[in-house]
Amino acid sequence: MIPWFAASSALLFILGLYMGFFVAPTDVQQSEAYRIMFIHVPVSILSMLIYLIMAGYAALGLIFNTRLSAMMANALAPTGALFAFLSLWTGALWGKPMWGAWWVWDARLTSELILLFLYLGFIALHASIDDPRRADRASALLAIIGSVNVPIIYFSVQWWNTLHQGATIKLTGTSMHVAMQQSLLVMFLACWLYVITMALLRVRSIILERERNNQWVMELTETLSPRGMKL
Amino acid sequence: MNWSEFFAMKGYGLYVWGSYGMAMLVFIIEIAMVRHRRTLIVQRLRQMRDAASNV
Amino acid sequence: MNQKSVEGPSLAGGLSLTGLFVLIIRRDLVLAMRRRADVLTTLIFFVIVVTLFPLGVGPELNMLRTMAPGTLWVAALLASMLSLGRLFSADYLDGTLEQMLLVPQSLSALVLGKMIAHWMASGLPLVLMAPVLGLQFDMPAEALWMLILTLLLGTPILSMIGAIGAALTLGLRGGGVLVSLLVLPLCIPVLVFGAGAVEAITSGMSAAAHLSLLGALLLLALVFTPWVTAMALRISME
Repeated sequence: MIPWFAASSALLFILGLYMGFFVAPTDVQQSEAYRIMFIHVPVSILSMLIYLIMAGYAALGLIFNTRLSAMMANALAPTGALFAFLSLWTGALWGKPMWGAWWVWDARLTSELILLFLYLGFIALHASIDDPRRADRASALLAIIGSVNVPIIYFSVQWWNTLHQGATIKLTGTSMHVAMQQSLLVMFLACWLYVITMALLRVRSIILERERNNQWVMELTETLSPRGMKL
Repeated sequence: MNWSEFFAMKGYGLYVWGSYGMAMLVFIIEIAMVRHRRTLIVQRLRQMRDAASNV
Repeated sequence: MNQKSVEGPSLAGGLSLTGLFVLIIRRDLVLAMRRRADVLTTLIFFVIVVTLFPLGVGPELNMLRTMAPGTLWVAALLASMLSLGRLFSADYLDGTLEQMLLVPQSLSALVLGKMIAHWMASGLPLVLMAPVLGLQFDMPAEALWMLILTLLLGTPILSMIGAIGAALTLGLRGGGVLVSLLVLPLCIPVLVFGAGAVEAITSGMSAAAHLSLLGALLLLALVFTPWVTAMALRISME
């Protein structure tokens, strides 16, 4: 199943990039710089979405004690952290020409930064506990607490920021040209499929790691090729 | 749109390609990380199996 | 323990909920007072961190005045992180924590008692010390009062959220740093509203909104954190 996800994700990426750069017209205010939007917006939305999905899996793992959902939560965490970092990077690069500074204490960017800290906290907690069962459950609880806090943090940063700088520029307010919306959607789907591929690939290794001394893994080892990736 | 204009991106080339470049870099690194983790565990399983078989 | 408080629906343990609650708070406070050095270290850390800022930024007064609320609040946040490690670790090491888990009354009440005891030992001194340090930053009188009020509302929240972090990282190596990494992002709303309230007062605006939000966060924390910490303890202890 993974090759299907991987292939379609690569295909959609190429399509999205083509549409983003060639089909979409030059924006009237920001000329070419707005094209960063095609990577920044999907990545930012997904970084938030992945955290919520991770918290969902974590909750499942805690309530029903299903080991697989806890493994899925761990498989998603690194991708989510990388997406949060990517969102910050592209946000800063987009902010430079638009707002004239690499880092602007804009409510969205700040809460994205805090989201990155939440990801790192999750990964660090999971990594620092040796017994996998306790590690899963402890980091699951942290993910749930984190997901409850994300709206509170966003609201307080919004409150804090509007006090200092006045209303920030609302980028999504402009009614977008239809070609822009389409390429944005394509890029979003491409990133989404990419996340699924990465999560499934990583969960495969996690399962092998966790079940290494089970019998079925032993028989399976014969069939495993080291590359093992039917990409 | 010839190539030099394309890369110039009307002066914003640095920013646009900086962000897409980093995105590609991050994707490549992540794929490499996952594959590395995979080969590690497969080798480990192999060693365990060899150890088990000749014990 | 006077006899009257035991009349409540005492379970097998012979202790009513409030009885247990008071017992835990008294016990922890006595323990904290025995090792008075720990209480002082948090306080001294707070004082040192706050006095570092003028040295770093320069003695120029109105700069310090604008910076005062933020610095004092961040220092209070860091100082309360410091003493979290000891919240459960002493009981964890000598095994009393296992007994506590088996207590017939609700674990959340017991944990809430421990949080309050920890707050009294570490949060309250900060609240009392803060105005003195505020004078260093030449803060006006009403700002000092607001600082005390916001810290009074804010430090319990920090202790409670910190308790969750402490319970999760029980007995881990490198626990101290890990607790701060886990807990600081969650305390950001408290910092924003706390420092914001003091700043609003200094710039003449009314801080009612900030205070009400801070109060709301306190109530939220009061309701949820004991239950979550109890769950975290069960996870860490099994």
